[in-house]
Amino acid sequence: MNPTLQKLNLSMINRPLDFQVGDWVRVHYKIVEGDKERLQTYEGLVIAIQNQGISKTFTVRRISFDVGVERIFPLYSPFIEKIEVVRSHKVRRAKLYYLRKKVGKESRLKEIRRKGKKDPIFEKAQALRQNAAS
Amino acid sequence: MAKGLLGRKLGMMAMWDDKGRYVALTALQCGPCPVLQIKSKEKDGYNAVQIGYGPVREKLLTKAERGHQGPAFAKINYYVRHSWEVRDFPQTTEVGQLLDISLFQVGEKVSVTGISKGKGFQGVVKRHGFGGGRASHGSAFHRAPGSIGAGTDPSEVVKGKRMPGRMGGRRVTVRNLSVMKIIPQEHVMLVKGAVPGPNGSLVYVYVK
Repeated sequence: MNPTLQKLNLSMINRPLDFQVGDWVRVHYKIVEGDKERLQTYEGLVIAIQNQGISKTFTVRRISFDVGVERIFPLYSPFIEKIEVVRSHKVRRAKLYYLRKKVGKESRLKEIRRKGKKDPIFEKAQALRQNAAS
Repeated sequence: MAKGLLGRKLGMMAMWDDKGRYVALTALQCGPCPVLQIKSKEKDGYNAVQIGYGPVREKLLTKAERGHQGPAFAKINYYVRHSWEVRDFPQTTEVGQLLDISLFQVGEKVSVTGISKGKGFQGVVKRHGFGGGRASHGSAFHRAPGSIGAGTDPSEVVKGKRMPGRMGGRRVTVRNLSVMKIIPQEHVMLVKGAVPGPNGSLVYVYVK
């Protein structure tokens, strides 16, 4: 990629990817109603992280009133206030699509404790911002 | 009031606009473009400005080209590879003046001209959007053009009949692209939508 374009792309990266597939997350999402803004939280399991660069998205699945609901968020969306990791699970797949067919006990995952991961892309973006500021 | 700049297509990206929509953008690196020649109504029969773009080593130009760029070279001390003529461009006053991206503003609608990606020799399905036939169920007609006209009368193929042939690699203009963002330090502007040509190709960005 052209270095200038790469810099432009990096400048749009506004948060680290500090969760993984298999994490239970709480997404605080800004919703605009007319001219009012409010925060909505959406909780669920991250079953996939897709795409690259500034269009990276993640899919959050939860069971709501016995119906499976999946929502796809663009990771660098300005409408996401913050993403909290509630707990982590041991997973052996990059995409947990098989969970769609599992109900009840079968859909359980083993919980693990995991240290926060570093996101090299975000660090690069931050370094760039600092350079630009100084 | 016309204005224009030569530049390069960097590639595509995306961003959220003020209404929260995720829009596809093309990054264009435009200018700085030196003014190479000013044509006037009296002398040349019309008013225009010739602008250049892309520094180039002296030995890559012919003597005639060097001579033509001489007056501009005296000011900016480099030669350029590409040139373009902008009709009725009153903001420019002197040869050697450098035009940069500050010519354009965010929110403006610009046209972009470039050479589209060459597709080679293509059939009618890709080139003209013909429907083609069924792939299976005993069909013997797949991607062929079919009949190209009647028989004895008119005993010729009508002029302009759409047939297979070379596709792409020609001059294409996309009009009314809104300028979403300008980054003056990098000479970069982001326009909404797609622009003809591969990444790195020469584009002409203008307002008529």
